[in-house]
Amino acid sequence: MTIDTERAQQEKVEPPTGPVSLVRAELPRWAPYGILVGSLVVVGVLLAVTGGFSIGLFVFLSAVLFGLVTYLISRLVEGARKATDRLVTIVVTVAFLIALIPLISVVITVVTNGVARFDSAFFTESMRGVGGANDLAGGGYHAIMGTLIITALAAVMSIPVGVLTAVYLVEYGSKSRLARAVTFFVDVMTGIPSIVAGLFAFALFALFFGPSIRLGFAGSVALSVLMIPVVVRSTEEMLKIVPNELREAAFALGTPKWRTILKIVIPTSIAGIASGITLAIARVIGETAPLLIAVGITTGVNFNPFANRMATLPVFAYYSYAAPGVPREPYLDRAWTAALVLIIIVLVLNLVARLVARVFAPKTR
Amino acid sequence: MGKAIDAKNLNIYYSSFLAVEGVNMTIRPKTVTALIGPSGCGKSTFLRSINRMHEVIPGARVEGRLELDGKDLYGPGVDPVGVRRQIGMVFQRPNPFPTMSIYDNVIAGQRLNNKKMKKDATDDLVEQSLRGANLWNEVKDRLDKPGSSMSGGQQQRLCIARAIAVQPDVLLMDEPCSALDPISTLAIEDLINELKMDYTIVIVTHNMQQAARVSDFTGFFNIEGTGKPGHLVEMDETKTIFSQPKEKATEDYVSGRFG
Repeated sequence: MTIDTERAQQEKVEPPTGPVSLVRAELPRWAPYGILVGSLVVVGVLLAVTGGFSIGLFVFLSAVLFGLVTYLISRLVEGARKATDRLVTIVVTVAFLIALIPLISVVITVVTNGVARFDSAFFTESMRGVGGANDLAGGGYHAIMGTLIITALAAVMSIPVGVLTAVYLVEYGSKSRLARAVTFFVDVMTGIPSIVAGLFAFALFALFFGPSIRLGFAGSVALSVLMIPVVVRSTEEMLKIVPNELREAAFALGTPKWRTILKIVIPTSIAGIASGITLAIARVIGETAPLLIAVGITTGVNFNPFANRMATLPVFAYYSYAAPGVPREPYLDRAWTAALVLIIIVLVLNLVARLVARVFAPKTR
Repeated sequence: MGKAIDAKNLNIYYSSFLAVEGVNMTIRPKTVTALIGPSGCGKSTFLRSINRMHEVIPGARVEGRLELDGKDLYGPGVDPVGVRRQIGMVFQRPNPFPTMSIYDNVIAGQRLNNKKMKKDATDDLVEQSLRGANLWNEVKDRLDKPGSSMSGGQQQRLCIARAIAVQPDVLLMDEPCSALDPISTLAIEDLINELKMDYTIVIVTHNMQQAARVSDFTGFFNIEGTGKPGHLVEMDETKTIFSQPKEKATEDYVSGRFG
């Protein structure tokens, strides 16, 4: 308080001379692009002259030079505040581009390697009888079906449990001891390594059926251990943002609590819940480790998740790459295509999530 | 329709905190009663206790008696959901259901309680309720549009239509005009005057002109200081409260010399 008044008094002692100008010097619109091109040219020429040219060094040095020069020029012309603004903009943009590098790299690698076997045979044939001198085209039909069946089963188990847990936490538990314990364990479950979930499912089924048991349903159990906490978390967040006024409005009309939740709270938040669930499915569909342990791999088609081994895309890709037959090439091609199909499935699920969110969102017009 | 409310030595608690103390009040059927008083004095809490809405907050409870036409609202075995079906409520901020159309909002009370109704009967009820809320002419051509597409004043009248569509005996209003412009406020005040033909209305308001304009009776709530319970200082006919109140505190408050 006193410091503020003192400062105010000090400022009063020296009133600004003349009217304060609202106009400040400003760099022209094209300045950032000009400086960028300039830095690229300067760094490129310097590296070419010294003979140590490499793409990584070129990009890195150009970015550093671009940032420095922009900051200095802007500071001289526009002042410190604008200069800092420009520098931070550059840093943020560069960080974003760095984050994009692995993503783009993965997509390009998988597409270029996987497109070779991205044919109708891959989607219609299994690996039964493929290999050695008898090398047919072979495909991932059995793995695609296995992935879809196991993930669907996992979703069927996780969605009711996860959504109802979230409803309990938000609508009934509030701050009770049980609700806090559930929240804590959901947080812990979020951090479980997927291999542990696989070991859990395997151990559970081995307890009843002996240690040689491998079946699709065990994989579904492992996946739902991973999926439930994600569903709980996202649903919980969505239920929390439903305004309390809507619940009160329903109560004031003489609506029982369970009907209020069923008819008002969940419909209002269904868009977010549905997209959260879709993203949770996308999250577990690419899990490898738990399926490796609990489901194993097979060469033939098996539509029954309650008996025998099943093939899944991630495990199929892993085995094709880690233990290829002779000759190697067809196996490696199939592994890449399996990865490509998996990425496409996840991409489609993300698009579906967006579509679902748009379709279910409350309309305002 | 239109029933009397009797509060007898009513204490309202949030867990161990006594929020409102010793309210004795009689609200006559088919009248408008305004509750005025400074913020935090417990008038909204008292209002919400009439249809047991304050129980939405865990730990809320009452002592004493609260009667609707002689029947204890807090007696053993009384279902709060049943109480709320007889005592409707309109809130401070308009809160139409965003997932429903105007039509569905009006009959939300029926739909949510799973009452099966014929199409003709629902149409009639929607028209009757919207006419009752002075909204029919403005929305009759766009009943299928979402409720959130309307202006704030229209939304509030939609909420009133929704509240009267379940045909309650009493209508509680918690500062229904505080989020509205003067023209919408006037529309709602006119509506209150019409509604009191059929309903008993209790309205909480911070606007003393509004209390003077719309109400037949006025209750003044006050609070001694922070942390102390609120209490009913005085209740009388509105013109008495605003011209010659018995208590000094009431006079200070209504004449603006409060605090």
